[in-house]
Amino acid sequence: MRNSRWLPVYAAALYGFLHLPLAVLAVFSFNSSRFTRWEGFSFIWYKAAFADAQLAEATVNSLLIALSATLLAAAAGTLCAYGLWKRDSPWITASLYLSLVTPEIVMGISLLALYQWIFRYLAIQLGMHTVILAHVMFCTAYVVTVVSARLRSFDASLEEAAMDLGATEWQAFVRVTLPRLAPAVASAALLVFIVSFDDYVITSLVAGVDSETLPMVIYAMARKGFNPSVNAISTLIVVALGGLILVSNRIEGREAER
Amino acid sequence: MNRLRIWCLTPAGALLGGLFLIPLGITLAYSLMTRGPYGGVFSPFTWENYSRLADPLYAAILWRSALYAVTATTICLFMGFPLALFIARSGRRRNLYLSLVIVPFWTSFLVRTYAWMFLLRDTGLINSMLLAAGVIHQPLTLLYTPFAVILGLVYGYLPFMVLPIFATLERLDKSLVEASADLGAAPRATLRHVIIPLARPGIMAGSILVFISSLGAYLTPDLLGGGKTIMIGNLVQNQFTSARDWPFGAALSLILMLVVMGMLLPLRRQSGGML
Repeated sequence: MRNSRWLPVYAAALYGFLHLPLAVLAVFSFNSSRFTRWEGFSFIWYKAAFADAQLAEATVNSLLIALSATLLAAAAGTLCAYGLWKRDSPWITASLYLSLVTPEIVMGISLLALYQWIFRYLAIQLGMHTVILAHVMFCTAYVVTVVSARLRSFDASLEEAAMDLGATEWQAFVRVTLPRLAPAVASAALLVFIVSFDDYVITSLVAGVDSETLPMVIYAMARKGFNPSVNAISTLIVVALGGLILVSNRIEGREAER
Repeated sequence: MNRLRIWCLTPAGALLGGLFLIPLGITLAYSLMTRGPYGGVFSPFTWENYSRLADPLYAAILWRSALYAVTATTICLFMGFPLALFIARSGRRRNLYLSLVIVPFWTSFLVRTYAWMFLLRDTGLINSMLLAAGVIHQPLTLLYTPFAVILGLVYGYLPFMVLPIFATLERLDKSLVEASADLGAAPRATLRHVIIPLARPGIMAGSILVFISSLGAYLTPDLLGGGKTIMIGNLVQNQFTSARDWPFGAALSLILMLVVMGMLLPLRRQSGGML
């Protein structure tokens, strides 16, 4: 085709657009100067980032939140996908869809409104628990989507055979279906770990004083003015999350080949 | 048979009901209430929060949000379609090229937005390089402009355009393209009369995804834009934090939800399961 000459050039330019900003950020995180002029290779901004107690505390908070939310959402989402596979529930399917397309800011302020309304009656405050609950909620729909896609290729007769051979319904689920679902659940869990770890909009609205997360600290540092430590911590995040998404893709890809 | 299914659906159902549907219901109720003197919410029912949207100050923000979202969607379409076509035609390397789009998309949205702050600010990389090269003598104001916001939206949501278009192009029947060429159509004519019409569901799905994401954007205009580039998302956040006018913020959120739903639901069927 005639356009096959310029199409690769155009595509290369677009890949540059997608990747260069992050690549440049990574390169300059090793700059010894605090100005955007290359002066020499150095780890000072990584040392500065690691020495920052606030960043360390926020990282621990983010990891705790993401781990708890991932485990809970993976469990709730997998069960839900399995239940929907047996027979669809229009209400739950519609709510899941709605939760995926609702703008984050709307979800955030609605949760804040709910929490503030509950706090009028109960002596609780915003904190880690309110953030984790919010994250479990918006992560569940992602898990259901990924696991349901996998279940669509499953043959229900395997479970029926297990039950004919004397397994209870629960045993058929745990011993026959769940093991074959494990890769999809793992891949979904990695995805929602990323989504949870990275969330800023909803988290910043429902976080309390003790639950500042890494994105919240980065956001505050980015707004305050230029600080090369942000380049260093951003590079680490990109590498870590990029690694997780590659692992998740690999699991999915291997499943698809089978 | 049914009991296990109900047990399986209960946790997710409770999460969605308690932490999604009920909060939306509370937001709906708040949007019809009056703001108290200290920012609380009071019960006389009123439509006032919705009628305030006609106020030129707020109407301008709604209009700007729509304008930015349309602009970002259009740019994404012109960038995303050729990229999707390139990936669909790249044979064995297809998966590699596809993941080169997906991987940055899944890595931190915040960091990706921050990367543009780093590039665009007055003392940022672009200005430093242009100054050093002697192209300019004063730094250009790039950050905190409408340009920066639209750039950020395009950068953030381009994969939403590429992926659905790629999905339709991948399924496209190659013999139709060959038939068009055999019958003497120039590549451009084949593109216009065969490929683009067949890719329509993907183009529509991608455009809607980019549009609704841009319309509801919060972080991009907040970090890359200034006071003059506020979008609906920022206005909502502002009503719930500094302005402490929850009823008005709730009304704005619901309008945003309605627009998103109004675009998605009618087109969901036509998109062949892509929305």
